Amino acid sequence: MKISIKDVEYVALLSRLELTDEEKVEQLRELNKILDSMEVLNKVDTSGVEPLAHVLPIHNVLREDELRATLPKEKVLQNAPEEDEGMFKVPKIV
Amino acid sequence: MGQYEAVIGLEVHVELKTKSKIFCGCPTEFGGEPNTHVCPICLGLPGVLPVLNKKVLEYAIKAGLAINCSIAEFSKFDRKNYFYPDLTKAFQTSQFDLPIAEHGHLDINVNGEIRRIGITRLHMEEDAGKLTHQGETISSSLSSLADYNRAGVPLVEIVSEPDLRSAEEAKAYLEMLKAIIEYIDVSDVKMEQGSLRCDANISIRPVGSKELGTRTEVKNLNSFRSVQRAIEYEIQRQIDQVEEGERIIQETRTWDENKGVTLSLRSKEEAHDYRYFPEPDLTPLVISRDWVEELKNGLPELPEAKKLRLIADHGLPEYDAGVITSSRTLADFYDKTVSLHADYKGISNWIMVELLKLLNAENMEISESKISPEGLAKMLKMIENNTISGKIAKQVFEEMFNTGKDPEAIVKEKGLVQISDEGQINAIVEQVIANNPKSVEDFKAGKEKSIGFLVGQIMKETKGQANPGVVNKLLKDKLNEL
Amino acid sequence: MELSTIHGLRDLLANREISAEELTNQALEKIEKIDDKIKAFVTVTKDEAIQVAREIDQKRRKGESLGPLSGIPMALKDNMCTEGIKTTCSSKILYNFIPPYSAKVYEKLLGAGSILLGKTNMDEFAMGSSTENSGFFPTRNPWDLNCVPGGSSGGSAAAVASGEAVFALGSDTGGSIRQPASFCGVVGLKPTYGAVSRYGLIAYASSLDQIGPFTRDVTDCALVMNAIAGHDSFDSTSAAVDYPDYTSFLSNDIKGMRIGIPQEYFGEGIEPEVEAKIREAINKLEELGAVVEECSLPHTQYALPAYYIIAPAECSSNLARYDGVRYGLRAEDADDIISMFSRTRNQGFGIEVKRRIMLGTYALSSGYYDAYYLKALKVRNLVKQDFDLAFEKFDCLLTPTAPSVAFEFGSKADTLAMYKQDVCTIPINLAGIPALSLPYGLVNNKPVGLQLVGKAFGEGTLLRVAYTLEQNSEQTRLEPSLEGVK
Repeated sequence: MKISIKDVEYVALLSRLELTDEEKVEQLRELNKILDSMEVLNKVDTSGVEPLAHVLPIHNVLREDELRATLPKEKVLQNAPEEDEGMFKVPKIV
Repeated sequence: MGQYEAVIGLEVHVELKTKSKIFCGCPTEFGGEPNTHVCPICLGLPGVLPVLNKKVLEYAIKAGLAINCSIAEFSKFDRKNYFYPDLTKAFQTSQFDLPIAEHGHLDINVNGEIRRIGITRLHMEEDAGKLTHQGETISSSLSSLADYNRAGVPLVEIVSEPDLRSAEEAKAYLEMLKAIIEYIDVSDVKMEQGSLRCDANISIRPVGSKELGTRTEVKNLNSFRSVQRAIEYEIQRQIDQVEEGERIIQETRTWDENKGVTLSLRSKEEAHDYRYFPEPDLTPLVISRDWVEELKNGLPELPEAKKLRLIADHGLPEYDAGVITSSRTLADFYDKTVSLHADYKGISNWIMVELLKLLNAENMEISESKISPEGLAKMLKMIENNTISGKIAKQVFEEMFNTGKDPEAIVKEKGLVQISDEGQINAIVEQVIANNPKSVEDFKAGKEKSIGFLVGQIMKETKGQANPGVVNKLLKDKLNEL
Repeated sequence: MELSTIHGLRDLLANREISAEELTNQALEKIEKIDDKIKAFVTVTKDEAIQVAREIDQKRRKGESLGPLSGIPMALKDNMCTEGIKTTCSSKILYNFIPPYSAKVYEKLLGAGSILLGKTNMDEFAMGSSTENSGFFPTRNPWDLNCVPGGSSGGSAAAVASGEAVFALGSDTGGSIRQPASFCGVVGLKPTYGAVSRYGLIAYASSLDQIGPFTRDVTDCALVMNAIAGHDSFDSTSAAVDYPDYTSFLSNDIKGMRIGIPQEYFGEGIEPEVEAKIREAINKLEELGAVVEECSLPHTQYALPAYYIIAPAECSSNLARYDGVRYGLRAEDADDIISMFSRTRNQGFGIEVKRRIMLGTYALSSGYYDAYYLKALKVRNLVKQDFDLAFEKFDCLLTPTAPSVAFEFGSKADTLAMYKQDVCTIPINLAGIPALSLPYGLVNNKPVGLQLVGKAFGEGTLLRVAYTLEQNSEQTRLEPSLEGVK
C-alpha cells in the first residue's frame, strides 16, 4: 500500500473530482495496484541519464508577431453551457 | 517601527506590447467587446496547440538585460496547473525551473542612500481572462462572468529578492523598474490599465535577526500610492499582531483601497500544489549568444546611466537629473530640446519648474500636453536675444503648453515683445520719477531698497515688457542726475 | 478486395465507372445496414457526405483538377475536430461539443478530396485498449461480434475492416492504432512523432500522441500518408523535414535488408499461437532475402510503467480544461465554482479516465515529482537509447503488435491486464519512432498483427518491408466474412 484514502481525497480535490465514497475506495485499490507495479522502475539505474521530455531534437519554434483572424462571437459562445452579456457565466467563486 | 524590520519582495507582472498574443494571432489591444479578441487557441478549445510569438521572447530578453540579468542559454516553458474560471486550459503556460533570465539587480536611491536590490528571475507567461462578479463584492455575488480577451496576452513576471526594507524602498524600486521598462519600450507600463501589476510579499522580524518571518502576499495593488500605503499598512498590522502575541498566518491578502486595509482572501483553497511540468506542446528554447549580444547592443541608454551623464556632462543637480530621467518621455523631451539649444541648466529649470507644475496641475502625461521641444528651444533663444523677458516667457510657456502654438506667433499675437528702446523707456522713467517723489526722496536719503519699488512701477507701466537691464541702467542714471 | 481500396477505387472514379456520390451512398448504405451491430460510428454525417460527393462529381465533370483522394469515403476517430460536426472523444463531458474549427488532418483530407462519412467510436479520450471504455457504447469486432475491436481507435479499425469506410484515421498514444489494426486485420501505421500535425487532435498525452491511417492494404497506407504527413506551423512539435512520396517505397524487394528481432518482445506474456505466426512471417522475410537477426532492447520491461506515469501526468493537465465553463457538460446542481467543477468532472468522465487523471495528478504532486515523473522521463530516455543503438545495426525491427488476438468483452476487467495489452506498442511511442501493424494470418479465426518498427522518419522502410510481405503472402490479406451482421 503506497497511498491512503487521505491521499485519494487530496488528489481528487486537486483534480476537481467529487468522488463518492465507493469510488474513493475503488480508486485507492486500483491506484495502489498500479503504483505497486511501478516499483520495478526503482531497479533502473538512471544516474547520469537526462530526462527526455521532448523526443524530437526541435527547439526555437517561433512565429512572427502577426495578427490572425479572431473567432466570430457567436462561434465563441456557441458551446457555452451558460451565457450572459456575451460572457461565460459561472456560479459564485468564493 | 522601532525594534522590527520589514522584509519585502515584489512580484511584478508586466504586459508586453506585442501586436498579437503570446501563443496565437489574436490582438493584445486593451478594451474591446467581451470575447471578441479570441480564437480557438486562446480559448483553450479541445485540440489546439500553442506557438510562441518571437517578439515575446525578444522583449523578455531585452527586459532581462535591462535589469542586469543573465540570459539563459537553455530555457523552456512549463505548465502551472490550477482550476480557476479565468484560465481557459486550467493551467497557465509559464516558466518554472529554467526561466529566460535570472540573477539581476537594480540600484535604487532612497533619501540619498543607494541600495542594490537583487532580482531573482524574470520569466515569460500568459495572462488570464477577466472575471466580472455580478453583485456587490466577490464574496456576496452569486455568479461571475468570464471574458477571455486578456487570456494569452504576454507577460513577464519579475521577482525581486526580499531585499526591500520599507514601503518607500518598494515604491522606489517599482518606479525604477517602470522607468527601465518604459525606456526599453517593451510595455506601456500603465498601472491603471493593468499593464504593470504588483504583488508584495511582506514579513517582519526583530532588527538584527537573520531569519525570515512568516510572510503574507498582498495583491490588488493598482497604483504606486496603493503599493506604498498597502505595504505600510501590512507592516503595521503584522507588528500589532506580533505585539499582541498572535502568530502571522501565511496567506494571500487583498488591498482594499477605499478602506485603506488589507483583507484576508480566505477561501477553501488547498495548499498550492501547481504540479509544474514541462509544456510538451512547446519546444525548448536555445538562446544564441549572438542574439543576446545584438539585443544588448540595441538597448537604449537606461535611466541610471543617463542620470549620471546629465550630472557629469550637463552639470545638472543630482535631484533634477533624477527627476528628468525618471520617465522616458520626460528624458526624451529634455534630450530633444538640448539638441536644438544647448542650454542644459536653462532647459532643466524650465522642465523642473514650469513643465512639471503644469503637468501635475492637469494630472497629465507629457505626451498629452501640446508643448514641443522645438517650441521650448525657440522660446529660450527669444529670452537670450532679449526678444522677451523671463517673466513674459512664463506666459508664453503656458500658452504653448495649452495650444502648442509657435512662441514667436504667441509673442506677436499678444504684443509681448520686450521693449529695449532707450528713448521709449526713458519717457516712462521720467514719468514714474515725477509721480513718486516720496520714493525718490527715500533713495536720496540712502534707502537703496526704494529703487526696487520704482523698477516695479516702470514694469507695471510697460506690462512687464520693458527690458529689465535697460530699465535699471536708465533709472539709476536719472536718479543720480537729480 | 481490389475494389475496396483507395487505389482500386481511384481508377474506377477516374474512368467514371462509378461516381463519388454512388460510392458514398454505397458506404452510407453499408453503415446503415451493419453498423447497428458493429457500432463503429458515433456520428454519421450523411447529408454533408453526399453534398461533398456531389461537388466532387461536378468538379470531375467540369474537368477541374482533383485531389489525390477525390471521392474516397473515409472516417475519422472522434477525437479530431471537425468544424460544425460534433466531436466528443466518446465522452459524456463532450457529448454536445461542436468545434468551431477543424483539425489540420481533416483540412488536408478535405483538400485531397476525400469524403467524411462520420466520426468513429473510441475509448473515452483514447484511454483504453478495447473501446469498452467509450462513454457511449462499445464497438464490436467485425471478425467476431463477441470480441473487442481493440482500442482506443476501435471504431476506425472496425469501420475499415467491415468495409464501412475505405480508410480511416486513428490516433496512437501507446498502441491505439496498431493494436486495433492487429485485432481487426487491417494495416495501421503510427507515424514518427512530429510527422503528422496534432493541431485539432484532442490531446490525451501530448508528447506521445500521433495521428495515423487505417487502410486495407499497404499501398493505401502510403497514399493516405501522402495526404496527411507534412510540416504544420500550427504545431510547434511538427517536424520541418522533407517528406517523401510514400508510394515511392512500394517496391517488392527486401534483399539484404537487415531486420532485428528484439527478444524481449517474445516469450512470456505473448500467446504461443501469436508468436508462432510471427515466426512464420520472420521465416518468410528471410526467404525473401532479408537478413534477420535477434537483438536486445534491454529496457523494454520498464517502458510500460514509465508510460503509465508520463501519459497520465500529461492527461491530468490536458483534461483539466473540461470544467463546465466554456463547452460540454455542466453539472446542474452546483451553487459554487468548486462544486460545479468537481461535479461536472465526476459526472462527465468515466472510471478509467478518472483513474488516469488521479494517477497523473499524484505523480506530479508536490513531493512525488522526482520519484515518479522525473524518473519516468529518464527511463524514457533509456528506452529511446535502446532503439537508437539497435538502428545502428538494423533497418527495421519486427515484433508482434499485440500479445494476443482479439479477446472477448469483459475478459480484461483487471486494470493491469488491460494495460499489458500495449506492452509491444508502448515503447515505440516513448521513443517517438514509427511502427506499422500488418495483418499476418489468423489464430482461432481472428487476425494476428505483426509490428514493423523503424527509425525516426523511416516510414518508407516499413512500407517497403510490409509491401514486399503483402505481395508475397496471402496471410497479409484478410477479410472478415461478416456473417454475424448479415
